[in-house]
Amino acid sequence: MSYQLDFTNLIPYLPQFAAGLWTTVELTLISTFGGLLLGTLCAQGRISQEAWLRTCCSCYVEVIRNTPFIVQLFFIFFGLPALGFKLSAWQAGTIAMIINLGAYSTEIIRAGIDAAPKGQWEAGQTLGLTRRQVFWHIILPPAYQRVYPAIVSQCIIVMLGSAVVSQISVEELTFSANFIQSRTFLSFESYMIAALVYLLLAILMRQTFALIKRITFKNPSL
Amino acid sequence: MKFLKMLSSIVLSTTLLFTAQAVQADKLTDIKESKVLKVAVPQDFPPFGSVGTDLQPQGYDIDMAKYLAKQLNVELKLVPVTSANRIPYLQTGKVDLVISSMGKNPAREKVVDFSDAYAPFFLGVFGTKSEPVSNAQELADKTVGVTRGSVEDLELSKLVPKSTTIKRFEDNNSTLSAFLSGQVSLIATGNLVITEIATRYPDKAPETKFLLHNSPCYVGVMKGETELVAEINRLIKSAKQDGVLEALSQKWLKAPFPADL
Repeated sequence: MSYQLDFTNLIPYLPQFAAGLWTTVELTLISTFGGLLLGTLCAQGRISQEAWLRTCCSCYVEVIRNTPFIVQLFFIFFGLPALGFKLSAWQAGTIAMIINLGAYSTEIIRAGIDAAPKGQWEAGQTLGLTRRQVFWHIILPPAYQRVYPAIVSQCIIVMLGSAVVSQISVEELTFSANFIQSRTFLSFESYMIAALVYLLLAILMRQTFALIKRITFKNPSL
Repeated sequence: MKFLKMLSSIVLSTTLLFTAQAVQADKLTDIKESKVLKVAVPQDFPPFGSVGTDLQPQGYDIDMAKYLAKQLNVELKLVPVTSANRIPYLQTGKVDLVISSMGKNPAREKVVDFSDAYAPFFLGVFGTKSEPVSNAQELADKTVGVTRGSVEDLELSKLVPKSTTIKRFEDNNSTLSAFLSGQVSLIATGNLVITEIATRYPDKAPETKFLLHNSPCYVGVMKGETELVAEINRLIKSAKQDGVLEALSQKWLKAPFPADL
């Protein structure tokens, strides 16, 4: 145990870490918004009265939740070009992350919806609202509030999972760390920095979500 | 006592070594007299040398050895070697030639004499026919796939202009997949990797654009056997002119023999 930490040789590579960090943030922001939107729509689809829509949504959720993320990613990046859909690495990575978060958040949001008392649906419909209006205005907001901690955790998992897209040459934070490690052979230091940055990002995300919660959710009883 | 024993064994073995060398002063004459050419070939390094389904050695190096034996009008005896023991086999006279995809470097040149190059072995940039690229400058605004941290990655990163996008993949398989699936139309890798693609998917094989690092294969000959080296060089030269090497290259490497080799 006489390893000498050497961060000075990493200084020339700092811009590369910064560029990687920015790509990670970008991927996370887009996939969080896209994934939650997709998840909400699919959650609505899963309680729809149309049988085919329910089947479609549950198939999607089962397929994505029961296959590894890296396989989904490789399928989109290396597999789809055979059918003529050619996506750049960045596009493929973003789409894979959105689809992945979409499936997981569908289940989380559906759990929140299931917990809504049946009386709320009936009350809404009695007042002359359509099923869709009841869903968006009465059922969904408290459902979100109920499962909010689970959603936050899932978004952070997706952010950390973005490390995997380095495998298809998306130059995000892990890619930068890998690259710098292969050029300087300072693996301990490179990955230490990457790990710290991920940790800070995760904490920052939790704080941001907490802030959003304080501003958005006004019902203290839930 | 132990020390004396060791000393005497060292003296004895050194003397033996010198006598051995003195006896084999002219290997070329020996070969012609004994009518046997003993060649060290690889058996674990396709397409240069491997064991075929008929359990016979096959490959570029084996065909090269067969060609030389035929030209010298002697019988060929193949001796399978590994890359670690091929030079000792040559030094101890167990073989006359090493044709074992051997590259040249200063350390080897101290102990072995090399012929002219007989086979291409290089890192280069390869791509589809639709990419008109012939040097690193022409890669401007283009995307090249490469395996991260490999020698070709380091060479390529030094050479290309700033506007080139280098897509770095985790391993050789990902780099190849990226090319085969059409995600990148140019890749930097070794010529043997391209041979592998050409063997499996003849219609998808990329063509050579330019070389990044050239380390061709040479025939190794025992140090000081200048006449044998001269004879081998003469045969290699005529093999180039007669298209023998071109045929070997097409057969085993699925690519033309480089004109500048």
